Amino acid sequence: MNRTLNLVLLAIAIAFPLVAQALDELFYVSFASRILIYAVAATSLNLILGYGGMVSFGHAAFFGAGAYCVGIAMVHGVTSAWITWPLAMVVSALLAWVIGAVCLRTRGVYFIMITLAFAQMMYYIVLGLKAYGGEEGINLLNRSVIGFGVDLKNDVTFYYVCLGVLVAVLYLCQRLVRARFGNVVQAIRENETRMDAIGFPTFQYKLVCFVIAGGVCGLAGALIANQTKFVNPNLLHWPVSGELMIMVILGGLAYLYGGVIGAFVLLFLDELISPYTIFSKLYVGLVLLVIVLFAPHGIAGLIEKWRGTLPRKKDG
Amino acid sequence: MAKPVLEVLGLTKRFGGLVATDAVTFDVVPGEIHALIGPNGAGKTTLVHQLSGAVAADAGSIRFNGADITVMPTHDRVRAGLARSYQITSIFRRLTVVDNIVLAVQARNGTSLSFWRPIKSESALYDEARAIAKDVGLAGREEIVSGFLAHGEQRQLEVGLALATKPLCVMLDEPMAGMGPEESERMIPLISGLRATRSVLLIEHDMDAVFRLADRISVLVSGRIISTGTPAAIRASDEVRRAYLGDETVHG
Repeated sequence: MNRTLNLVLLAIAIAFPLVAQALDELFYVSFASRILIYAVAATSLNLILGYGGMVSFGHAAFFGAGAYCVGIAMVHGVTSAWITWPLAMVVSALLAWVIGAVCLRTRGVYFIMITLAFAQMMYYIVLGLKAYGGEEGINLLNRSVIGFGVDLKNDVTFYYVCLGVLVAVLYLCQRLVRARFGNVVQAIRENETRMDAIGFPTFQYKLVCFVIAGGVCGLAGALIANQTKFVNPNLLHWPVSGELMIMVILGGLAYLYGGVIGAFVLLFLDELISPYTIFSKLYVGLVLLVIVLFAPHGIAGLIEKWRGTLPRKKDG
Repeated sequence: MAKPVLEVLGLTKRFGGLVATDAVTFDVVPGEIHALIGPNGAGKTTLVHQLSGAVAADAGSIRFNGADITVMPTHDRVRAGLARSYQITSIFRRLTVVDNIVLAVQARNGTSLSFWRPIKSESALYDEARAIAKDVGLAGREEIVSGFLAHGEQRQLEVGLALATKPLCVMLDEPMAGMGPEESERMIPLISGLRATRSVLLIEHDMDAVFRLADRISVLVSGRIISTGTPAAIRASDEVRRAYLGDETVHG
């Protein structure tokens, strides 16, 4: 995607809360923040699933771990975003390091199953944390404190912080994908045996990629805890992992905007359909089916094709 | 003869009841092309898999450049200077020729834990990759997506990827597999020229090529090396003739 399009999208994203405010529809600002946060989480998953070719079915563990870091810290009176958000990233990254160090020794279906197993293990551990509400979770009294006159309690301010995080994550992701590291990770996805045979310790590169994705997803988790002012074990439950996977596949594997498009389409569809039927997931499923059948490269792939610039080599 | 760069001692591999590699002992000295021949199913590729680290040996040892590498992982062997090419072409089919080779150049040039600088701006990597593409006869084809190359060209790239790691010793597993006579003729001087800078373990079915290229030949039959010697000695050996050459038509 080119620079002009990036700027137009950014301008729309910046203008959105102002328009919503003018129309007195502040609910949509909160909803849009949710989309931005899921976009961050899905983008982090795209890093391993799309670029790295590692089909992880346990990404909710990092999302939930980040959220619980903020929640638990708040229970103990630590409210500063400058402490709890980096903490969420570090804890999730460490968790990804441990989980990755075990899971990345397996391949294919085994990798999918063992990442799922780890995430479910985390889910049950959190479920058993009676000190932190067990299955009830934790109600946060307030959002994290940033200071410098930035008040996250204001939904519009919070939206802009989420937007800032998403833009930063997308930029970092693009740099990373186009740098030496991204070149290695994508080549491992194409032909791991050969990467080994030309001298790359592929396991280590995959692990680093896994840890980065885990850390970024932890930050998304910290944001979602703030957005809903509530954390509970469901954040770590497998449907969240599945939803993130659907977002990435729907949006476009190994496309920079894949996670963003997927998060937007999935959450928007859900919001659009759910007032009319309790079977909203069924219709979302049908949409997904159509996309997978007719647009194997996801919506981002479809857009690239329409723009007639389908690159020979996807590098974001 | 010079001190060997690669020394294989009593290497053994069993798959259930089948002894795929049976106490194989041989060496490769610097600057030689050592050919490994044998009928189908003799265990040539299994042996290469063990030398490259893809398959663990059950017994025996592998020494390379003075160090024991018997249990070393593949990527470390490559970094130590022992590289291989594959019998079944294993390239990055969605990448261009130059992007394929850049990966191998990147592997031995500094860290790849670099997250910021675009790789396209590292012109030194690309210059070197283009030079290697030229060396293996792919000049002018650098920007072609490798999956679209002709079979012979893909084989050249296959060898190019192994050579791009700058190995002391390179193991070429049937580099001419599936090549027509013309394509083979292009590959022969390429392999012959490697002698100047590195040693080669050549596994090849094309006997004509083997006898033209090899300084020494080892004959592998049913997992055992039955004879090692100069091409003339191998051709004259009754044992080899009985076990192997006699069964197939030998040209030259």
